[in-house]
Amino acid sequence: MSALDPTTAPAAEHGRLYWLLADCGNIVRRGLTHYQRQPVNIAWQLGFPILSVLLYGYVFGSAMTVPGGGDYRDFLMPGMFVMTMAFGFINTATVVVHDSTKGVIDRFRSMPMASSAVVAGRGVTDLVVACAELAIMMLTALAMGWRPDGGWGFLAAFGLLLWLRFALIWIGVWLGLLVPNPEAAGGLFAVAFPLTMISSIFVAPQLMPDWLGWVAAWNPISSTAAAARELFGTPVGGGGSWVERHALLMAGVWPVILTAVFLPLAVRRFQRLSR
Amino acid sequence: MSDGHAVRAEGLEKRYGDKRALDGFDLAVREGTVHGLLGPNGAGKTTAVRILSTLIRLDGGRAEVAGLDVARQAREVRARIGLTGQYAAVDEVLTGRQNLEMFGRLFHLGGGRARARAVELLEQFDLTDAADRGVGKYSGGMRRRLDLAASMILAPAVLFLDEPTTGLDPRSRGEVWDSVRALVASGTTVLLTTQYLEEADKLASRITVIDRGRAIADDTPDGLKNLVGGDRIEVVVAERADIPRAVKVVARVCEGEPEADEDASRVHAPVTDRVAALTEVARTLQDEGVAVEDIGLRRPSLDDVFLRLTGHRTDRTGTPEKEAVAA
Repeated sequence: MSALDPTTAPAAEHGRLYWLLADCGNIVRRGLTHYQRQPVNIAWQLGFPILSVLLYGYVFGSAMTVPGGGDYRDFLMPGMFVMTMAFGFINTATVVVHDSTKGVIDRFRSMPMASSAVVAGRGVTDLVVACAELAIMMLTALAMGWRPDGGWGFLAAFGLLLWLRFALIWIGVWLGLLVPNPEAAGGLFAVAFPLTMISSIFVAPQLMPDWLGWVAAWNPISSTAAAARELFGTPVGGGGSWVERHALLMAGVWPVILTAVFLPLAVRRFQRLSR
Repeated sequence: MSDGHAVRAEGLEKRYGDKRALDGFDLAVREGTVHGLLGPNGAGKTTAVRILSTLIRLDGGRAEVAGLDVARQAREVRARIGLTGQYAAVDEVLTGRQNLEMFGRLFHLGGGRARARAVELLEQFDLTDAADRGVGKYSGGMRRRLDLAASMILAPAVLFLDEPTTGLDPRSRGEVWDSVRALVASGTTVLLTTQYLEEADKLASRITVIDRGRAIADDTPDGLKNLVGGDRIEVVVAERADIPRAVKVVARVCEGEPEADEDASRVHAPVTDRVAALTEVARTLQDEGVAVEDIGLRRPSLDDVFLRLTGHRTDRTGTPEKEAVAA
């Protein structure tokens, strides 16, 4: 029974910030190990956007027009990147709801670790995975003949896409703590799908009925899509409304608004676990 | 803790809306013992454990764990406790080893010590062969053992086990009991909640009975049984006609008033000196030529205790079997 010699934590030798970062790193490591053990998950996550590229690009593609001209597939690709980011919140919610219903979050909270690392680590994991997803999506797009402008514009677009994903983490965490079970989290897809359709991802809002086009133009993910198109140098298909003319600005602002609303909601929900 | 208590709670209160989950709950757990917290569903067992393990805040009263205040020194308390809740709170995707290493690092052991500790615990909980398999493929008992191992990473002073065998098959239950006994032998104090009376009786040296958020009894298992009248001797005669003679014999040997159950051909009476009474009754019956089918001592079960204390039975039909028995 020498195994049970008291093993005390050496926490005293480092400060709080050190342990917050270390704890966060360990949660990230856990999240990435999940993908290493179940690589098929990343295929599932990418399956829908890639399938959409093929369906919309080749099946409907010839029937699609881009206002202001340009090739539809060039128009579609940045939209697909946005959709990949947008669906990401479902993954966040799914992991969180699993952890909270199976008692894993309780175990973390009963340990002398920084509890904020549980959420922060989730966020960093999701951003790392989002980078990998974007890289795979872009390689797919390149293979299909998509040719963006390189350089800073490319990096800025990549950054804006991650910025959107960052904001959606908080919606994911909030929903993950809100829904009662993992099955319900699966149902989020049914909500997310129409929300991504009513945007500029597949079709320019100005081609939709007026009221619907207005909703689509003001959809936060439309701004990211339009800004990415502009920065990649691919057809924008933009309309004349204020929000469409200021896509770059709004692609920066929308995630701030989403974070401002949902980060406090997620934090409050997390704190409510102590009630 | 100066007075030798690993857990001490006074007047704990917890309200959810109008419902009082805990309503002045008191508890004192001596160091190095297994203390059972026994009560039906909704009695407040889990609420008490969640407060003591710093997961939820208390609304009133005070509680100390390992000499530290759970409200004001939550972080220090967390470095000294282990918790195994009603679910096996382990990562199902990771392997057993990866789980223990992750929790070890999150307990701030550092990579090297976390790895070494994982090896020790896998060995101790008999999981070495399954160490590199995904936990999703573990049986219910293995998962629960891994869960216990994760709670033991820091060799905590106090281990909270919240219904550790709910939903387990009898064999897995036995495995968990063996693990708990080994932990206590090594010096850990265990607070065990259960609705299995047999489990509290088997493991705990002291039992607090909780009902509607209050402790309604606190005693040794034997003490609680004595509360309902202590041991009884039971004689089943072969011929129903012998019942009056058997009653006479039992009355002569035992001090209590014998009762006869004609339908079951059974005579029973309270006894104090258990073994002496048993041998004396057996011999006298033989001398008198009464044919005996069965004779023995019956200790009251904790079910009897519960009925006596609360006026209602423990409702085991309502046990939530949320967890799969074995994957």
